[in-house]
Amino acid sequence: MPIEITMPALSPTMTEGTLAKWLKKEGDEVKAGDVIAEIETDKATMEVEAVDEGKLGKIVVQAGTEGVKVNEVIALLLEEGESAADLGSAKPAPKADAPKAEAPKTEASKTEAHKAEAPKAEAASAPNGDGAKAAGERVFATPLAKRLAAEANIDLKAVSGSGPHGRIVKADIEAAGSKPAAGKPAAPQAAPAPAAAGVPAPQVGALTKEKVQQLAGGIAYDFLPHTTMRKVIARRLTESKQTVPHFYLTVDCEIDELLKIRTELNAKGENFKLSVNDMIIRAAAIALRKVPEANASWSDEGALLWKSVDVAVAVAIEGGLITPIVKNADQKGLATISNEMKDLGARAKAGKLKPEEFQGGTFSISNLGMFGIKDFAAVINPPHGAILAVGAGEQRAVVKNGALAIATVMSCTLSVDHRVVDGAAGANFLKVFKKLIEEPLSMLL
Amino acid sequence: MSDTQFDLIVVGGGPGGYVAAIRGAQLGMKVAVVESTHLGGICLNWGCIPTKALLKTSEINHLLHNLDQFGFAAKDISFDIAKLVKRSRGVANQLSSGVKHLLKKNKVTVFDGRGKLDGTAGGNRKVKVSDKDGKGIADLTAKNVILATGARARVLPGLEPDPKLVWTYREAMVPEEMPKKLLVIGSGAIGVEFASFYRNLGAEVTIVEMVDRILPVEDAEISAFVHKSFEKQGFKIWTSSTVKDVKRSAGSVTATIEGKGKSETITVDKVIVAAGIVGNVEDIGLEGTKVKVDRTHVVIDEHGFTGEPGVYAIGDLAGPPWLAHKASHEGVMVVEHIAGLKGVHPLDVNNIPGCTYCMPQVASVGLTEAKAKEQGYDVKVGRFPYIGNGKAIAMGETEGMIKTVFDGKTGALLGAHMVGADVTELIQGYAIGKTLETTEAELMATVFPHPTLSEMMHESVLDAYKRAIHF
Repeated sequence: MPIEITMPALSPTMTEGTLAKWLKKEGDEVKAGDVIAEIETDKATMEVEAVDEGKLGKIVVQAGTEGVKVNEVIALLLEEGESAADLGSAKPAPKADAPKAEAPKTEASKTEAHKAEAPKAEAASAPNGDGAKAAGERVFATPLAKRLAAEANIDLKAVSGSGPHGRIVKADIEAAGSKPAAGKPAAPQAAPAPAAAGVPAPQVGALTKEKVQQLAGGIAYDFLPHTTMRKVIARRLTESKQTVPHFYLTVDCEIDELLKIRTELNAKGENFKLSVNDMIIRAAAIALRKVPEANASWSDEGALLWKSVDVAVAVAIEGGLITPIVKNADQKGLATISNEMKDLGARAKAGKLKPEEFQGGTFSISNLGMFGIKDFAAVINPPHGAILAVGAGEQRAVVKNGALAIATVMSCTLSVDHRVVDGAAGANFLKVFKKLIEEPLSMLL
Repeated sequence: MSDTQFDLIVVGGGPGGYVAAIRGAQLGMKVAVVESTHLGGICLNWGCIPTKALLKTSEINHLLHNLDQFGFAAKDISFDIAKLVKRSRGVANQLSSGVKHLLKKNKVTVFDGRGKLDGTAGGNRKVKVSDKDGKGIADLTAKNVILATGARARVLPGLEPDPKLVWTYREAMVPEEMPKKLLVIGSGAIGVEFASFYRNLGAEVTIVEMVDRILPVEDAEISAFVHKSFEKQGFKIWTSSTVKDVKRSAGSVTATIEGKGKSETITVDKVIVAAGIVGNVEDIGLEGTKVKVDRTHVVIDEHGFTGEPGVYAIGDLAGPPWLAHKASHEGVMVVEHIAGLKGVHPLDVNNIPGCTYCMPQVASVGLTEAKAKEQGYDVKVGRFPYIGNGKAIAMGETEGMIKTVFDGKTGALLGAHMVGADVTELIQGYAIGKTLETTEAELMATVFPHPTLSEMMHESVLDAYKRAIHF
C-alpha cells in the first residue's frame, strides 16, 4: 500500500501552511532524507524531507496551495514493487500528535508508517451528504459538529478540532460561531452583514477586490495575491491597532560619541563589525533590565513582567517583514549581538528561520534610519508591551549652554501599550536608554 | 526519592482512588494509595458488586416461582439466606484481592490506614497516615494529593442505624435472617434495589419516597413505569410521604407514614434507610486549607482542583452523580490533567450513564424529556415497548420500554431512558453514541442485529422521527 505523506507541523502551534513548491515530480525516486517540498508557514519557508524510500506516486496537493491543514495528505509514496495502480489503497501515516515537531523536518511520517492504525476506507461521506469535501481533504468532525457547521455556514476546514486526534466536536463549532468575524479571516463565518450595515466594515476580510476597486473609482490594477506572511501581518497589526491602546513618546539622542566608539571598536575587532543598530539593541536591552515595568505584556488576568529580555528586531524581507529575536539580549555583549543579528538577518532574508527564532520576544525594535526617516511611530507587535521606532542619525543644530552647536541626533519613538505600561514607566525607559546611547561606554560594562 | 516521598498520593482506595493511582503509575508517577478499610472501596465491598450478586440470586428465586410460563414445574423451592450472603461476600472478596494485585502490578504503594492532609513542606503536600486508634504510622510527602474518601449513608433523625432493626445498605447486605415485612425509606437506586431483592425473596415491602415519584432522577415516564410494575409485584408505595413516630421494640419497628392527606401506622421487622448520602469530609485535614465544603461535598473546578495548591478531589466526595464509573473517570481525568497531558477534557455529566438493578432494570444517559424542555430544546421523543420486540417476547420479558430524546433542531441525541430486562447492558450503546456526538442519522444508519433487545434502541430512534417499523 502506498504511504501517505502528510502536511507536517513545523511548530507546535502551526495549524496550516502553504505548500510553496514541489522539489520532486511524480515518478521521481525518493530516498529518506531527500528534500521533496517546501512549505511556507506564517513567516518562514521550510523544507520537507522524505522519511521513507520509494517513488513519488502522486502529488495530491499542488504547489501554491494555501491553507493546507496539518496532517492533510499532500502526496503518496509508492513502495518497492508498487505501481500507480496501488494508489487507491493508501494507508495513513501516523498522526503527528507529537508536539515535539519543532525541527524543520517532517516528523509527521517517521518510520512507524508501517505500524499505522488500520487504514480507513476512503473518506466516509456523512450519511446526509453534508460535510462534503474535495477529494483527498478529509476533515475529521463528529456528525453533530458537521451538521452544526453546515447550519451556521462555518467551513470545517477553518476550524481546529479539540477532540481526540484533533477531531472537530460540537464545542469547537460553537466557539467558532461565537468568535468575532475578524478573529479568523480565513473562515467565511456566519454573515456579519446585519451588524456591519451602514458602517464601513472594519474587517480586512470583508473587503473584496471588486469593492476596493469600486471605492477607488473603478481604475485598473495589477493583482498581487496575499502571501501567508501578508495575511499574518494584516491580521496581527489590525488586531494590535484595534485592541491595544497605543501612546507615543519621542526622545532625541545625540550619537556622536556612540559613532566614535563604534569606529574605534570596529577598528580593533577582527571577529565582528558593529552596526549602530547592534548598539541600539544592547542599549534597549539594558534599559529594559533596569526598568522592568517596560518589559511587560498585558493579559486579561494581570500584567506579565518578563524575566528575560528578548528583543525582536524587524527585518525587511521580500514580500514583507519578519522579526527575528535576540534572546536574553541584556546578557549578551555587543559582539555577540552583532554576530547573532547578522546570522538571523541573513537567514530571515533567505526565509530559513526556525519558528522559535521569530515567534515570541518581549519587546521590539524597528529601525528605518537607513532610509533617511527622521521619526516615525511603529505598531506594537502583540504580545509585546512596546516597540521602539528608530530614525536616522543626522546632523542637527542643537542649543548647548545657550549657544548653537552641531550634533548628530537620532530621534527614537516608543509606542507603548497603555494597558500595561504607563507614561511614566515608558518615559523612564527612554531616559535610561538615552543615557546609554549618549554615554556609550556605560553600555560596554 | 525515599519510601515516603511520592509524586502523587491518593487518599482512598475506592473505584475513584485506585483507578487514579494506576493511571498515575502508567504515566510514570511514583504513587501511594492510603486506604483505611478495603481496597475497592464501598463499590466493590459494600455496594455495586455484592448487591449485584444478591440481586442475581433473588432473580433466580423469582424465576423459580414463575417456571410455569416456560413449561417447567418445580416443588419445594427454598433458599438459605446465609448461603446467599456468603456467595455475595465471596464475590466482593475476590474482587478486592484483584485490586490489590492490580496496584502491586503497577508498583503503587498501599498504606493501610487513614490519610489526612498535614500541611506542606518545601512546596510539597504532606499526608499523615494513622492507624485505627489514631496513632501515626507514616508521614508521606508528594507534589499532588487526590482526595477520594467517598461518601456514606445519610442518617435521618430518629432513624439512626442499628444492626437489629434499622439498616443502612451495609446491614441490609448481610442479613442473618429474612425479614417478613420491610419498610424502605428512599427510592433512589439503593432503595429500590434492596426493595427488589427482598421482594423477590418473598418479603412484604413498603417504599416511602419524599418527592412525588420513585426513582426521582430518572425520566418521569420511567418512574411511572417502574411504579406500576412494582405495584403489580405487590409493593406498597407511598410517594410525597414521610415517616414519623418511629418506635423500636424487641424484634419490630412501628412507624407512621404520612402523605397525600392520609396516614397509616405499620409494623415491620426491619427498616432500610436509603435517603441519600453524605461526603466523608471529616478528619481528612481540610481545616485551615482553602478546600471548600458545600453540603458535605468538596467543591472542585472542572479539573478536580480544590483551590488548595496540590490538592484535588474526585468521586462521591466531590459531588454527584454518585457513581463508581464517574469516580473512576474523574480520577483518570484529574491525573492526566496533573501530568499535563494534552486534550484532557472535563467530564460531561450528560454522557455518564446510570444503572439501577431493580426488577425491571432501569438505565439512562443524558437529559430527561422534562430537563431537555426546561433547557429550551425543541425535543423529538421516541418510544418503543418490549412487547413489540421478538427477542423480548421469546425471553418472556415483555415488560419494558426504551425512550429517546432528540434535539429537534440539530438531531443531537440528548438522552436515552430505558426500563426492562438487561437495559443496564444496553445503555452503553447510547453512551457511545452520545460521546461521539451522533445525530439521529447515524443511529438510524447503524445496523442492529436481529433478533436482539438492541433492535428496540433502533426503533426508538426511528419512532422519534415517526419512522418506527414494528410498532
